[in-house]
Amino acid sequence: MEDLSLHILDIAENSINAGATKIEIMLNEDINQNILTLKIKDNGKGMDKETIEKVLDPFYTTKNVRRIGLGLPMLAQAAKEAEGNIDIKSKKGKGTTIIAKFVHNHIDRKPFGNMTETIINLIGSRGLDIDIIYQHCKNENCFIFDSIEIKKELQDIPINNPGVLSFLKKEIEKGLKEIR
Amino acid sequence: MKKLKIGDLEKIRDKARRTSSLRQNKARARVTVHMGTCGIAAGARKILTALLEEVGKKNLDDVIVTTSGCAGLCSREPMATVEIEDKPPVKYVDLTKEKIKKILNEHIIKGNIVKEYALAIGSERTTLK
Repeated sequence: MEDLSLHILDIAENSINAGATKIEIMLNEDINQNILTLKIKDNGKGMDKETIEKVLDPFYTTKNVRRIGLGLPMLAQAAKEAEGNIDIKSKKGKGTTIIAKFVHNHIDRKPFGNMTETIINLIGSRGLDIDIIYQHCKNENCFIFDSIEIKKELQDIPINNPGVLSFLKKEIEKGLKEIR
Repeated sequence: MKKLKIGDLEKIRDKARRTSSLRQNKARARVTVHMGTCGIAAGARKILTALLEEVGKKNLDDVIVTTSGCAGLCSREPMATVEIEDKPPVKYVDLTKEKIKKILNEHIIKGNIVKEYALAIGSERTTLK
């Protein structure tokens, strides 16, 4: 994976495949502490203790199509390369929370990549079935995208309507630019 | 905290309502972009972006764009499956933005399978909700 936005898309797709209807993505850049924290929380089917213990093993997967599962091990590797770590909390039937920490200015810390494209892809392809809350903070400055609020405002117009997607894309780009 | 300007959505909502009055049609086609780890690492996000943009530009309101996990053939990613009502599904492999646009124009709009990009044609018939 070239950047964090692709890791985030991958983990969010895992959440969707685990039956999640709500995914919260939080990126927190604490420049003073030099820590970047990524948190992804879903309300999917969750994992039992035994599965959590195996989930960072690339040769463990719950899928049947092929017997490897690289998504979480690759994110863990990305965190490790930037002197960070990963923490996975999950409860069967309740959901999963993944927290990855990175040294913010570490030379091997992956760039953010195109977060707008990741969010728009999730909304465009799965937005009718799931809600996405995306929050990106740099110190005290935060941008928040909440598809629940947007859907309420849109009323009968689907959130994946092309005109809506085009508007959301511009607004996310603008919002992220303002906090950077 | 900077929030997305919800108020501006009213204009978009009204505009969408005016332009999508005929949007009650049943879906005619579904395109599934395979977004497993392998697909994403191979460039599936670009394929999905190109597809969403093109479907929007052409106002194809009877085409569903969705995603799924790994299809089991990681070396041929990015992959997409095209399903057209009452026709067998077709799996396309080694996709690029240009290829998916051609597939949209030729297969989804005109109904001609793009054989040079296709891996396999299924035997079952597709029924779209």
